[in-house]
Amino acid sequence: MKRIVKSLVLATALTTAITGFSQAEEPKTGGTLVTVLGTNPRNLNSAVQSGIVTGFPGAQLFASPLRYDSDWTPQPYLAETWEVSDDGLSVTLNLVKNAKFHDGTPITSEDVAFSVEVIKANHPFKAMFAPVETVETPDAHTAILKLSKPHPALLLAMSGQLMSIIPKHIYGDGEITDVKAHPRNNENVVGSGPFKLTEFKNGEHVILERFDDFFMEGRPYLDKVVMRIITDPAARAIAYENGELHMGAFESLPRIVNRLKKVDSLTVTADGYGAIGPISWLAMNTAKGPLTDVRVRKAIAYAVDKDFIHKALMQGTASDSTSGIHPDSPFYAEQEGYALDLEKSAALLDEAGFPVKDGSRMSLTIDFGWPGVKAEVEYVKAALKKVNIDVEVRASADFPTWAKKMGSGDFDMSWDTVFNWGDPVIGVHRTYDSTNILKGVWSNTQSYSNARVDELMAMAGVEADPAKRTALYAEFQAIIADELPVYHVNTVPYHTIYQTDKVGNPPVGIWGTSTPIDMTYLK
Amino acid sequence: MRVFYAVILLLAVLVLNFSMMHLAPGDVADTISQSMGGADEEILDQIRADYGLDQPFLVQLGRYIGNVLRFDLGYSFFYNKPVTELILQRLPATLLLVFVAQILALFIGVILGVISARKPNGIASHFVTMLALFGYSAPVFWTGILLLIAFSLKIQIFPVAGMRDITISGGFWVHFVDVVRHLVLPVITLGSIFLALYSRLSRATMMEVLGSDYVRTAKAKGLSEREVVYKHALKNSLSPVITLAGLQFSAVISGAVLVEAVFSWPGLGTLAFQSIIARDTPTILGILFFSALVVIVGNLLTDLALRLVDPRMRGKG
Repeated sequence: MKRIVKSLVLATALTTAITGFSQAEEPKTGGTLVTVLGTNPRNLNSAVQSGIVTGFPGAQLFASPLRYDSDWTPQPYLAETWEVSDDGLSVTLNLVKNAKFHDGTPITSEDVAFSVEVIKANHPFKAMFAPVETVETPDAHTAILKLSKPHPALLLAMSGQLMSIIPKHIYGDGEITDVKAHPRNNENVVGSGPFKLTEFKNGEHVILERFDDFFMEGRPYLDKVVMRIITDPAARAIAYENGELHMGAFESLPRIVNRLKKVDSLTVTADGYGAIGPISWLAMNTAKGPLTDVRVRKAIAYAVDKDFIHKALMQGTASDSTSGIHPDSPFYAEQEGYALDLEKSAALLDEAGFPVKDGSRMSLTIDFGWPGVKAEVEYVKAALKKVNIDVEVRASADFPTWAKKMGSGDFDMSWDTVFNWGDPVIGVHRTYDSTNILKGVWSNTQSYSNARVDELMAMAGVEADPAKRTALYAEFQAIIADELPVYHVNTVPYHTIYQTDKVGNPPVGIWGTSTPIDMTYLK
Repeated sequence: MRVFYAVILLLAVLVLNFSMMHLAPGDVADTISQSMGGADEEILDQIRADYGLDQPFLVQLGRYIGNVLRFDLGYSFFYNKPVTELILQRLPATLLLVFVAQILALFIGVILGVISARKPNGIASHFVTMLALFGYSAPVFWTGILLLIAFSLKIQIFPVAGMRDITISGGFWVHFVDVVRHLVLPVITLGSIFLALYSRLSRATMMEVLGSDYVRTAKAKGLSEREVVYKHALKNSLSPVITLAGLQFSAVISGAVLVEAVFSWPGLGTLAFQSIIARDTPTILGILFFSALVVIVGNLLTDLALRLVDPRMRGKG
């Protein structure tokens, strides 16, 4: 099975496909896009720092081998063509010939090999390139990734902010693990992407300007991108409304999203976050106390009314989540779920051996790691009271305090939000893999262990045929939904907001703003 | 001797804070992993080793104090930058905000206080009392958001956030006007609390002074009301207000945290807030150190000001 994608064939389809809607008007060049970051990025080098705050500037400063359209189809970017061998054990990237770094040096296969090495050594998502053993560089524009096993997740891992190509002659001057603290991660950045860094002022802004020698003809359209750092969501909302900000992404406060939806000049959309894949759930510790019994976990699911959370707490801004995979992912298989049923819940608790004594069946604790989800947690407490479960809400002083509790399994229930990060291998497996139990926050903190689930993940991880992979993940999702190490509640209602008559081609593909905005323009 | 005590005190504060930060579960490696969307133990251990966080507590403490004694505030784990550089970059914005707010509040507060003290039962007096009550009891972030809605959204005359507009270009005056426009709302928000304090205090002391013997003597001497109030009484009623203003310097810095957060003001307050959230110990301690310096300088200025208005203070050491 040889798959060769020719960029020429795709070039025409690309413009319409990537944006997800056809362009009625010609993009204009020039202008300064004023956009926003909700937190201060600690690092602009996306090869060593993950996270959506670094992703936005990172994907502008650094190009990746591939990019994705809104239908989850890989498109050429720094690699004009690519090829997966029949046995799935080698992936050949044919790089664009005229590509240059921001200092004018040509981008070669050496840089690709170096970048993979840096990402393997510093990036937190080990699963992305773990099977990559070596990167061969037969010539300056060919890089061959040699794998220890087939690794279909590699394609998504070569897009968005996940595989930033960084120059070896700049970042290769010390130990490979030192790159994460390299002084040029935040200033004098030499990147490969459509925009170069003008200024990063901590707490104030990141300013980028057009890289004139960018390898894609005529791109980017914008002359300048100003990313202001505004941490207060209410202040950001006012800035969208009065026109100070042209565009922003990852806005998730239901109250603010709904208010901005009513503003005529703004477009507010939840499209474009499929690969980020943020899901909120109720985590249940399967290794401690009453929750070791799956019937108790089910009873809790039946007692917690997701509909209430969707309507009252999320105010209709979030979509339902029924499995560990984001609903926008091609691997998503919708599960039946647990509609509110207090009688069933009580019956399950009786059956599990927790009868009502003095008005209470059991006492559990619930944790949360950030103040934004306090309402959900308080609701769970109130909801479980109806089936005579006493819940103590344990607030954590800050994130590390909560992270420690989760990482050491010191909890009964906790509200949590975890991102898919593209392929399930990268962001989904970590929650259910029995070899990843209690390895820090956002690992398998629920201590869930099921041999079949492990086996399904192992098989899906190396399965090249998309249809077979989908089937494996369907079975996986069904088991998870049945055994409930976590009760999936809703997707995080991330929204992209932009001035309708100013911004053309906003980034609403699959990666949110963790994608190059070389096709975004000002009307 | 005073300087020696100050240094000892400063060191004690640093040791205490270092220890307290250390007592809390978790560390900066956890917040780095949060900002990265999760990281396994291997990466976390590597980060801890890189920053020396895997060393025993006393070694870390000793190392830190040693560095401070050599005037090196260390390296921010979270921002990958020297702490001194990080703070110096932010300090001017906070000083600008705090000084403008403080001076305006002091000036207007005293004027309002004097006006209301002259006619304690007049309409102006009631107005000042109301204003003071409101300014003192309204939470800053609420005042801030309200001002934003009023003057950035409904009547769009002031910008929402930040200290300057990066998209404008021009000479010094263009940028000066730009910064002033950005400064107005944060200054009103921060100043309102202190305005309340100063107007109430100066009202009270002024009323006390106006009832004293020498004022009666001055009046008996045939001086005009205006001259009595502004030449004789005001100067004497100022000392408590100045003392309070000096004491408020520290409070102004802490008050600035909230105001800076609401207006995305790129100052020390925002940095302090973010570093605490991020458990970035060197940065937090560095900010404490600088705040202490600001307070010491503030106290010094207060002493000087007091000597200026009160001749009796001049003889004292």
